[in-house]
Amino acid sequence: MSTTSKQSNNLAPAISNERLVELYETMVLSRYLDQRVWLLNRQGKAAIAASAQGHEATQVACIEATDPSKDHYLIYYRQFTAMLALGTEPEELLRGFLAKADDPMSAARQFPLHGAHPRVDLFNFSNVIATQLPQAAGVALADKLNKRDAVTVVFFGDGASSQGDTHEAMNFAAVHKLPVIFFCENNRYAISVPMEKQMGIESLSSRAAAYGFPGVQIDGTDVSAVHEAMTAAVERARNGEGPTLIEVMVERLLPHTTDDDHTRYRSSEDIEQMNDRDPVKIMSEKLIEHGLISKEQDEAIHASAQQRVNQATDAVEAEPYPEADLMYLHVTEGSGEVK
Amino acid sequence: MPELSVIEAVRETMRSEMRRDSSIILMGEDVGHRGGVFLASDGFVDEFGEDRVIDTPLAESSICGVALGAAVNGMRPIAEIQFADFVWPAINQLVGEAARVRYGTNGVKTAPMTVRVPYGGGVRGGLYHSQSIEVLFAHTPGLSVVAPATPYDAKGLLTTALRSNDPVIVLEHKRTYRLAKGEVPEEEYSIPIGQAEVKREGSDISLVTYGLMLHYSLQAAEMAVGQGIDVEVVDLRTLRPIDAKTIIESVSKTGKALIVQEDTTAISVSSEVAAIIGENCFFDLDGPITRLGPPEIPPMPFSPVQEAAFMPSPEKIFDAIVRLAAI
Repeated sequence: MSTTSKQSNNLAPAISNERLVELYETMVLSRYLDQRVWLLNRQGKAAIAASAQGHEATQVACIEATDPSKDHYLIYYRQFTAMLALGTEPEELLRGFLAKADDPMSAARQFPLHGAHPRVDLFNFSNVIATQLPQAAGVALADKLNKRDAVTVVFFGDGASSQGDTHEAMNFAAVHKLPVIFFCENNRYAISVPMEKQMGIESLSSRAAAYGFPGVQIDGTDVSAVHEAMTAAVERARNGEGPTLIEVMVERLLPHTTDDDHTRYRSSEDIEQMNDRDPVKIMSEKLIEHGLISKEQDEAIHASAQQRVNQATDAVEAEPYPEADLMYLHVTEGSGEVK
Repeated sequence: MPELSVIEAVRETMRSEMRRDSSIILMGEDVGHRGGVFLASDGFVDEFGEDRVIDTPLAESSICGVALGAAVNGMRPIAEIQFADFVWPAINQLVGEAARVRYGTNGVKTAPMTVRVPYGGGVRGGLYHSQSIEVLFAHTPGLSVVAPATPYDAKGLLTTALRSNDPVIVLEHKRTYRLAKGEVPEEEYSIPIGQAEVKREGSDISLVTYGLMLHYSLQAAEMAVGQGIDVEVVDLRTLRPIDAKTIIESVSKTGKALIVQEDTTAISVSSEVAAIIGENCFFDLDGPITRLGPPEIPPMPFSPVQEAAFMPSPEKIFDAIVRLAAI
């Protein structure tokens, strides 16, 4: 794992100080929104949630290296922060979690964070693990055939790495040198199954060699390192050199979903140690240590995020659910429309 | 008007549509220089190049998953599954994913893709080159499933599939590829999804069928003329959505229904057709809704003796017609 250079006052040489603080603000907003969603679940208002807590730094850094005006993003269910980084509003995310009529992703047909966003090319068709990887290869194939300058980023977890679709997608992408980045957020657990029961290797990124493209393992709490690896992968993709596998090591600070209890399968030492790798805490400390923000400014960032989340929650909770008859729409072209 | 076989109609339709629309690409196993194992894309790679005629790795899930991704991003891919028997690894990308793209995104994304699936038996294909796989697809909201049996219908329905904005499964019966010949206009035309066709008019029995069994049923209907039985043959052509109207009109007229299929009958297309007739034609029926299909064993034995015993034939269909007419 690479680590950030501490010699320089600049935490991330490729990212301006101002921008770095903005990324941190997105991370903090994501954290508060994420916490709120869990609270809404415990209140019986949100049926299910998967958390991005622990994955925030890696997601903002990943998106920062891309161009949302032309690139594609195939996510799964843990890209809470990535969605905010792509410009999705907290209200929009909350509408998904609360199954409200104006949920932009699927109009409340799907689990939260599933569907497709109308403004950014961000989508997630299903809950079935790893199906998005061959699809990402197809999206990238279309761009390559049409000579479009676009990169496809596909997110997946360590669990997805065991699926056959992952192998098929990487193999196909390698054969056609597709502009796709396989972005694996490795939090070491497929729900409860630890890495050592999922694979016989130390690093998933080592598999890239078998397909014939580069693979790197990065500390996912390190914004600069993730951004640097992504920048190289994006450049490679845009130059027509083909895919890259990026494996970011992160912690899943909460159980798999609101329906899970990780004390059943994680040791107390493991749970205690993971908090040392809380990316929001790490980033906060680094920004203060390097003089990019003061302690007071950090508190203000937190207060502002909390206020933003409160405001969004109040607004969205008051919104209506979709009408029952809307469920007939969009099965096939024109279906369910009132004639 | 030229006379073509089904495989020629498929080939010429794909060729003319690919000339018309540069967003159509063909991908599958051996579709390139081999021209497909049935030669459906014979010569395509020379005309359209390797970018548009893609020899894929031998991996059906990614054939369909990649096609889906390309469809979502502006292409109109044709995914060719070499044999229907090999489609199961791709089921999730089709039934689980492609079928629900429009629905699951509330219409933000669509998946205009065509999946061509050579299916069916009577070709000494044994257990893994003979299967009829239509039921799972025909059960799935969001998919359209067509099963043309004639060259004319193959062109018309494939054209519709390639211009559809939703995923269409095109089932091509392997035995009809070279067996079924007929006149096919050179000019463009399309046949709407969801329209059955009365292939032979009659007054005594409605025989509802599709695929290879259409041809066997038409032969059986001619044999029945000698017995004074006038059979109306309805070709479903589309298996999802099934054209209930044409079935109901025919059975209401004849009062008797025989459903013939090559697939095993339990929980099948014929089950659905029987339910449509039962629900809509109860007071018009003069006899029990009757189904003819193969036995409930895994389709289908390699042994020529057992294969023949398994498959419905014109003679078996004729016998079923005579039995039903006598009731």
